[in-house]
Amino acid sequence: MALGYIEIDEERCKSCGLCMNACPKKVIRFSKSFNSKGYHPAEFYDPEGNCIACGFCYMMCPDTAITVYRYEKVAANK
Amino acid sequence: MNAKVVMKRPKSLSQTDFTYCPGCHHGIVHRIIAEIIDELGIREKTVIVAPVGCSVFAYTFFEIDGTVASHGRAPAVATGMKRSRPDRIIFTYQGDGDLAAIGTTEIVHAANRGENITVIFINNAVYGMTGGQMAPTTLIGQRTTTTIHGRDPKAAGYPIRICEMLSQLEGPTYIERVAVDTPQHVIKTKKAIKKAFENQINGLGFSLVEVLSTCPTNWGIPPVESIKWLQENMMKFYPLGIYKDRTEERVREGIV
Amino acid sequence: MAEKVLVKGNEALGEAAIRGGCRYYFGYPITPQSELTEYMSRRLPEVGGVFLQAESEVSVVNMLYGASCVGVRVMTSTSSPGFSLMQEGVSYMAGAELPAVFINVVRGGPGLGDIQPAQGDYLQATKGGGHGDYRLIVLGPSTIQEAIELVMLAFDLADKYRTPVEVLADGMIGQMMEPVEFPEMRSLNTLPEKPWSLTGAKGRKPNKITSFDLDPYKLEEMNLRYEATRKRIIANEQRWEERNVKGADILVAAYGTVGRIMKTVMELAKEEGINVGLFRPITLWPFPYERLEELSKKVNTVLTVEMSGGQMLEDVKLAVKDNAATPFYGRMGGVVPTPEEILEQIEKIIKGSESA
Repeated sequence: MALGYIEIDEERCKSCGLCMNACPKKVIRFSKSFNSKGYHPAEFYDPEGNCIACGFCYMMCPDTAITVYRYEKVAANK
Repeated sequence: MNAKVVMKRPKSLSQTDFTYCPGCHHGIVHRIIAEIIDELGIREKTVIVAPVGCSVFAYTFFEIDGTVASHGRAPAVATGMKRSRPDRIIFTYQGDGDLAAIGTTEIVHAANRGENITVIFINNAVYGMTGGQMAPTTLIGQRTTTTIHGRDPKAAGYPIRICEMLSQLEGPTYIERVAVDTPQHVIKTKKAIKKAFENQINGLGFSLVEVLSTCPTNWGIPPVESIKWLQENMMKFYPLGIYKDRTEERVREGIV
Repeated sequence: MAEKVLVKGNEALGEAAIRGGCRYYFGYPITPQSELTEYMSRRLPEVGGVFLQAESEVSVVNMLYGASCVGVRVMTSTSSPGFSLMQEGVSYMAGAELPAVFINVVRGGPGLGDIQPAQGDYLQATKGGGHGDYRLIVLGPSTIQEAIELVMLAFDLADKYRTPVEVLADGMIGQMMEPVEFPEMRSLNTLPEKPWSLTGAKGRKPNKITSFDLDPYKLEEMNLRYEATRKRIIANEQRWEERNVKGADILVAAYGTVGRIMKTVMELAKEEGINVGLFRPITLWPFPYERLEELSKKVNTVLTVEMSGGQMLEDVKLAVKDNAATPFYGRMGGVVPTPEEILEQIEKIIKGSESA
């Protein structure tokens, strides 16, 4: 079950691939669509819920195009 | 299940899109600096002195007061500012052509005077903005648009190790070389730059952080592979590490 | 009335700046002005100011750029070769609309030249020594007392128009000692506000100061703004001295030290029955063209005398046009003309026109 997810600002993304390269869970890929500058922006793709919200993608993004979210832990004993 | 934001665009970054090429490390360093300005709560009293070079636009990328120095002169501009308003946080952001070529006089003497300023020095081994010419930090054998057969020291001298050079001076308080090639190094770089800003806040004197950076466009290497080139070539000639750290000593001396 | 004090020109220039509200000085030693730098190193700490001796004049001008960015009154003093090194920085400050005062104690040139008084930097000062469309306000004192007043005026004009201002003195004014009176110390809280300065974006949007814009239409707009300022300066700030111009047989145009020497020449000429009039520009930019043009309609000759090969001469010709002859007499290399040799030139011109 994913610990979190990311949002990518498609217009800021310049398709450099540094986020994918750094992602330990390989849950980011290039989108097939184009942004207005003609780049294939990075796209969050996590069907099996592997994202651990580590933020490596955010740290490596040269355009600060990524926002990282972490699911709040549901109290174990509820 | 609701989620909370854990990492987002720092407040001290303006909304302007960066003008840097895809994969350029300038953008990572900008975000790190903006995070630090937010965390230290100094956005309203910080001033950036941008250089001439790819990061000439940096004065518009931060939500702080800013100016552009003439090529190589940012340390002198910052000196004039800091001497006139010592309670403001002044930092210069400079490339290798700016700092290590035309601006060597200014950086050496600002460091030697121990100016209480913070210098962020981006070393990507070429002149980026002007199209990839040799810089003082271009490696031996490295091809650039002015060393098309590779830099030959007989003709163009040797690459300059700025951290090692400046650490010979008595003036500086803190000099470290870092990189942003991996998330782990990004974290270390943030620690170093934060210390460089804290030194200034505490009046402890001159701090310089050199950041090894890629230049995919002018190296002619795609963004991800250019990180590998940096690791295998630049990091060998420019070892990461702390080259001077008199922070504790300065605290004891109570230099304010 | 403040009592008179015997003081050296260079030191008077420094004290005048402090009386004018300047508390920040960045400089570099160069003869014949080094005593000014030394004076500021002693005096500024006494008034809570900051003195810094930089590593080069290139660094000096950029320190001025920084100090001006954060809104303080700042200055430097140098001499010809040093000011040449500052030209890129001056152009940047003009383009960033940053006020500052540059005192240039001119010496013999070009190149290393010598350390004697000269006026060979007139064109660099008034036509723009750096790149791009800009002009500096340039003030030309002829005595130490006047230099004191003009240095204080320089700071007011710099702030009023947000521009660098150059006080074009020379080795004579710098090295001479004279009894002078210093005005009262101006209190710092009467200095003009500078909301545009980089004091930190507290309670306002960030301020940006730069001479840079890659969009040519935006850069043109910036340039049109500087041009409008220049027009206002030309309209409001022209200053000159005219002496004995009514009924003069000949008019002499001279500024600074030569303007002072002319007062002796005029007395000598009177004893020989020659009525010499003096037109002495004080603002070398904005140059007083209209007034000189008017006066030139009443004489046959406007003789220009300079300690150079003839530089203000060009502005005199622009003003006089074909209303009168515009001969020139000058000495170069730091040679100061004597009253007698200037008088000789005048006699030749007067005799020449009588016999013609």
